[in-house]
Amino acid sequence: MNGAEYLLFILMLSVFLGFELINKVPATLHTPLMSGANAVSGITAVGAVALAGTGEGDLAQWLGAGAVALASINVVGGYLVTDRMLGFFKKRED
Amino acid sequence: MDTSLVTGLGYVVASGLFIFGLKMLGSPATARRGNMVSAAGMLVAIVVALLDQGIVDYTYIAGGMVVGGLIGAVVARSVAMTSMPEMVALFNGLGGSASLLVGWAALSPDSAPFTLITIVLSILIGGVTLTGSLIAYGKLSEKLGSGQIVFSGQQIVNSLVVLGIIAGATLFVMEPTNTTYLYAVIGLALVFGIMVVIPIGGADMPVVISLLNSYSGLAACAAGFAIDNNVLIVAGSLVGASGIILTQIMCKAMNRSLSNVLFSGFASVSNEVTEIEGEIKPISADDAYYILEAASSVAIVPGYGMAVAQAQHVVKELSNLLEANGAEVVFGIHPVAGRMPGHMNVLLAEADVPYDQLLEMDEINPRMETVDVAIVIGANDVVNPAAREVESSPIYGMPVINVADARTVFVLKRSMASGFAGIENPLFYKENTRMLFGDAKESLGKLVSELSS
Repeated sequence: MNGAEYLLFILMLSVFLGFELINKVPATLHTPLMSGANAVSGITAVGAVALAGTGEGDLAQWLGAGAVALASINVVGGYLVTDRMLGFFKKRED
Repeated sequence: MDTSLVTGLGYVVASGLFIFGLKMLGSPATARRGNMVSAAGMLVAIVVALLDQGIVDYTYIAGGMVVGGLIGAVVARSVAMTSMPEMVALFNGLGGSASLLVGWAALSPDSAPFTLITIVLSILIGGVTLTGSLIAYGKLSEKLGSGQIVFSGQQIVNSLVVLGIIAGATLFVMEPTNTTYLYAVIGLALVFGIMVVIPIGGADMPVVISLLNSYSGLAACAAGFAIDNNVLIVAGSLVGASGIILTQIMCKAMNRSLSNVLFSGFASVSNEVTEIEGEIKPISADDAYYILEAASSVAIVPGYGMAVAQAQHVVKELSNLLEANGAEVVFGIHPVAGRMPGHMNVLLAEADVPYDQLLEMDEINPRMETVDVAIVIGANDVVNPAAREVESSPIYGMPVINVADARTVFVLKRSMASGFAGIENPLFYKENTRMLFGDAKESLGKLVSELSS
């Protein structure tokens, strides 16, 4: 299997899995779901670090560094704010 | 051991943790741990990526991470829960722009055609997400007007932009070394993001913010193809799927199709004036107190107005006092109450309302007939009976919380102005409706002090 086919295969499976899992998230958690999704979309950092670390000092490296910064805001901010929010959700005490 | 094997296995572990974390988000009891599991997955993925042997210079990476991480931490700690919609909108845009930059940086003179196509896609989706989210942020934070911006010839301009994008993208793929095409595509994608969001009115923001959430994931996915990285594809498609599902839920809750939300506003259909029979019956806080004191079951239906009045804490106090008085109190939450999916739930959770006291629309409607008093706080369209009764109403067919089925309805409202969508509400004229005019927080404060004395 070549690269493109393999990646498309992964895409198909994860889209289906995503639909199944997210349909089970109750409406009460939809805001944390979205901010958590913000955090996960910061996964771009993984690609950005390789581009920011080439040591070439060219445009691509600067672009990569910008992407690392933007994605880091999402990762750190997204997970922290989601945690803060989920900390509010409590069950009735009795 | 071979480093590429370590990288590959690391990404498998990270993907598994993302999936498991998402699964744990299926219940409020496990959600917080689920978020931590997902964060652990992110940590694994980033550490593995840093071990990549291709990296020779860590200064740019460290700089980016420190700057971004600090900003993220400060924002996450300081943001008010009422401002979550703006924050999510902004973060959608950041995610999109990160993918745009990665796609751009991944470009090399010897990229294969398939890679070039995915680079264009990540630039396009990322660019649209960036500017679209900034406009959404402006509207939600009311830095821009929340209304629709429509001008004559808008459709023509949009069509030209789309044609320009297609032409630019095609030329770029054919001749990737010519940066003019690349910059044209980036510029047009940024313009298109603005054009897509400006015609959408404030009441439709829950849909837009969900859709942009999805785009930010799809952009990451496209970037994953561009740099041949599977963990980006897994994580990106999970986010993409999440945003699409939320978009569907929001559209269904407004009884509108996605294309209707995107391409036409309420204004074009809401000019019809319908005669409403009955009269407005105001009530004083004193009289409201006597009715509440005798009630054995109370349903509270909040809307965005509750957040604007910062009334969620006094609502919780009222609910405590009513329960101490022997009444059963529940909250009915409409899916589009507030400005993003689940916004009301977070605001009430922050005010210590337990989540099992918050009922979804489908849970509360069947029991509304047994409710003695329904209290509507800062909600309008989501409790509008015109959606069931008036066929000519622009919201006809939209599922609403049927507060009019309760024995008595209190509507807390500042004045008689129409709601966010500008639609008349026959609920205010119903036989069993009483209007408690004034600032919601003050009105509730009066009820609380009467009940606690």
